[in-house]
Amino acid sequence: MTKRSWWTESRASAVLLPITGLIAVIGLWWLATIVFAVPEFLVPSPGDVLVRFSQDPVMLLQNAGVSLLETIQGFLLSIVVGVPIALLIVRSAILERLVYPLLLMVNAIPKVAIAPLLVVWMGFGQGPKVLMVLLMCFFPIVISTAQGMKSTPVELVELLRSLNASRTQEFFKLRIWHAMPQIFTGLKVAISLAVIGSVIGEFVGATQGLGYLIQTSGATADTALAFAAITLLSIMSIILFYGLVLLEHLLLPWAQESR
Amino acid sequence: MIRLDGVGQVFDGREGSITALEKIDLHVRAGEFVTLIGRSGCGKSTLLRLIAGLLSPTSGTVKVAGKPVTGPSPDVAFMFQRPALLAWRSVLSNVLLPVELDRTIRDRTAYKNRAHELLELVGLQGFERRLPHELSGGMQQRVSLCRSLIRDPQVMLMDEPFSALDALTRTELSEELQRIKMELSTTIVFVTHSIDEAVVLADRAVVLSPRPGRLRDVVEIDIPRPRSLGQNSHLADVARISARLHALLSDKTPPVAERLVDEVWPR
Repeated sequence: MTKRSWWTESRASAVLLPITGLIAVIGLWWLATIVFAVPEFLVPSPGDVLVRFSQDPVMLLQNAGVSLLETIQGFLLSIVVGVPIALLIVRSAILERLVYPLLLMVNAIPKVAIAPLLVVWMGFGQGPKVLMVLLMCFFPIVISTAQGMKSTPVELVELLRSLNASRTQEFFKLRIWHAMPQIFTGLKVAISLAVIGSVIGEFVGATQGLGYLIQTSGATADTALAFAAITLLSIMSIILFYGLVLLEHLLLPWAQESR
Repeated sequence: MIRLDGVGQVFDGREGSITALEKIDLHVRAGEFVTLIGRSGCGKSTLLRLIAGLLSPTSGTVKVAGKPVTGPSPDVAFMFQRPALLAWRSVLSNVLLPVELDRTIRDRTAYKNRAHELLELVGLQGFERRLPHELSGGMQQRVSLCRSLIRDPQVMLMDEPFSALDALTRTELSEELQRIKMELSTTIVFVTHSIDEAVVLADRAVVLSPRPGRLRDVVEIDIPRPRSLGQNSHLADVARISARLHALLSDKTPPVAERLVDEVWPR
């Protein structure tokens, strides 16, 4: 707490500083495209991107909606799958030894490599995209949840034992709660990966979504459209991330103490 | 109330087994306040966990209220060195945790009222909805005390409960504990490594010697209550007993300090 002015502590700076950084980067980008006279089909200026967006806002937003839906579906699914797996891993050492290497193996597979396979197996619908999101983000969720539950202080575990609590109670009244801040850390890592997952899924065998747009705009050298889609992806990613931060604030007021 | 006969505890470590306790015979009467005092590694916490049913002895028997201890029981409450509060629960719901975990309890409203009473007893009325991190260390340990009292236990086992607190809060809490003890007449076994704490709190101080943990001596402390360390009319008694405990705790034999004090203040 040394040498911290009111400015770094204030709420206004929390909003203004990131925006200033963003504007600076966009300014530099714009300046570079003018100074070096970069042709639009190579690197469009921010203005070109904005113009391209305003030509087809509905189409772009619809495709963004498709990607967003896949991202959220896959993300929620990975929570539903990941948390119980973590629970089982923590509960049984045998299961941990059995499942852990498998999880590591699945996580080590380059997801881009299996995207075409997913299409072969599941067709051209939303299924393989959602599955791709699931594959991308369930690993950090499993790891953070398991780690959080394992790091429960011995004294709290002993307290529950001294109160004759069952193993189930130990998990649902203590371990899962104690793991919450770490689960949220995992979720925040996972949400960005989820967005990436949806794009990878849409690169192969898709007919809509931002990933699909980027893919096709490459073929037609419509670089401005690709940039507009990428920008929307980043915005989506940022909004989802901060949504989680907000949720954490609301749900875990007790966890803020240790910041 | 508590009876230990020939209790021994051996832990199997990687480099062979370690004898934590050996041939402990101890009888704690109902309503008595006993402190277990000893250096670290003398097995005092182990002894407490044996009485709590968190461990089972390698040899000998442990009985509480005439029945052999087979596991944790609601009649025996355990209080830890640290408050061990659940950070996500309010003060009130932390106090009610033991009730919540017992599925056989039907009527919870009575306990809720009791929780409010207990919080008032330790001066925490108005803090029911607060979260633990909003409280000071002393207040947290008070909440922990209320939690261990909520089921009206016959026996309270306390494992250096005040050792993590600052000196002032510590004195304050030990005075409070005496007051509560006089009101509730619970049997208390209190582990400490502080001679002051043992003298102020206990009816009897049980001195343990380390490696392996053995019962070295039992010292009766017959100073009238309520006791405190500050303005106290029994300073001579306090000094005599403190010196005796000190001698017992240091390995020197014969206990020189004790002899000296006995000469200055004959019993």
